[in-house]
Parts: sequence; structure tokens; C-alpha cells
Amino acid sequence: MRIVAVCGVGVGTSAILKGNAERALERLGLTAEVTASGLAGLREAAADAQVVLTSTELADRVREELGRTWAEVIEVENYFDVEEIGRRLDASLG
Amino acid sequence: MTLPPLPDDAIVLRADVADWRDAVRAAGRALARSGATLPGYADRMIDVLVEFGAYIVIAPGLALAHARPGPDVRRSGLSVVTLAEPVAFGHPHNDPVRVVLGLAVSNAEEHVASVADLANVFNERDAIDRIATAETAAEVRAVLRVAGGEGDRPTDAAEPSS
Repeated sequence: MRIVAVCGVGVGTSAILKGNAERALERLGLTAEVTASGLAGLREAAADAQVVLTSTELADRVREELGRTWAEVIEVENYFDVEEIGRRLDASLG
Repeated sequence: MTLPPLPDDAIVLRADVADWRDAVRAAGRALARSGATLPGYADRMIDVLVEFGAYIVIAPGLALAHARPGPDVRRSGLSVVTLAEPVAFGHPHNDPVRVVLGLAVSNAEEHVASVADLANVFNERDAIDRIATAETAAEVRAVLRVAGGEGDRPTDAAEPSS
């Protein structure tokens, strides 16, 4: 399973989201490869991803950039709320 | 932990800022002062907010200002600005911002892992509070678990606000 964490530029907030998504997956007992991406490289990065994680602020831009995709876009409000991230991942993957 | 060092030059405590641009500019000035970036990097951090919105306010009270790697990044660096008065960045849930982290990376792939380490720090619920109320640069470094720079003042000296 592949998950892509997305932010505007792909070096700051997406990296933090990646770290906490990995932590949330571990707590759920799920394994997945999580990568970080900016909006610019997203289509390629998400080509074989099941889940795209991003902030609510960027969700519309992310959907626009993705175009037609099988991946589910999950919106996260607080990047440091591992419980929130876990809940949303669990609802999507569990 | 592979986060860049955080010398005294890169820390500003209780800064007086008028608005979010001012706050990001202060984080950019601190990055330039510490030698990590050229002064123009601050404007590129502001551009990211203008282009993508306030998503960089990643938790209540905390903004992670950053831009893409570029020629104005001399080496990877981190800066911290705490605000005397919180300012709004335009985020629906996480405003107002009390702490601005400035981040410059020289190479995206290399630094995703080190930035992910920041997640560990802020998973402690009181980390933002402790930085926001820190009275010395050393306190900020202790919360972030990062090294300082050469010539930093001793731990008991308070950093004046700019």
C-alpha cells in the first residue's frame, strides 16, 4: 500500500505529515509506504497510491492536480494530532 | 536527530510583528543572520503563503514557514520566532500563530527525513507552549532537541526581542 503526504512545496509540512502518518499506521498495526510530495510532482507521486494525505486548506488544489484517480484524498486539520490522522486512515483503510 | 543547528542568531523571542508577513519576514531575517540563506529567501517563504494559503499553520499556534530549495539557500537551516502578540495567518482552525519556525533546505530528498523528526517534537502537546513562553534561546533548543552554534551565549542569558 502506498500513501502520499502532500504540501505546497513538498519539503516542510508534507515531511511532518509523513512522519506522523507513519506513527499513526504503526499504532493501527498497518504497514504502508509513505512518501512526501509537493503539488508540482503530485500526479506522478500518487500514480500508484491508495491514499493522498493533505491539509484541508490544500485539498481542493490537490484534487485539481490529481485529476482522475483511484486514490482517496484524506484531509488533516492538525498535523500533530496522530489520533486524528489514525482515525482518518483507519476509516479509509481499515 | 538530523535537524539543522539552531544558533542564537536564528532565534528571536517575543518579536513585535504587525501581521503574518512581518512574522514570516522575521523568520527569514533570522535564517539570513545565521548564514543559512540570503535575505531574499524570506520573500519566497511569503510567496508560498500567497500561492497556497495558510496551510503552513500546521498546528494551533504554530506556523512552519518554508520555500523550495534554491540558490538563495546556502545551507539547510532552522529559525524560531516567538511573537509578543499572536497574529492571524488566515487559517480556519489553527490561528492565531504564536510561534513561527523558518525552514530552509538545500535538497528536498535529503531533508524530508530530518523535517519528519520535527513531528516527534511537536507530538508532545506542550511543546508549542514551551517555545512560545521560552525566555532563552537555550530553552527553545531544549524543546526542539537541536544543537546551537559556536559563540552562543550561556544558557542563563535572555535573548532580547528585536
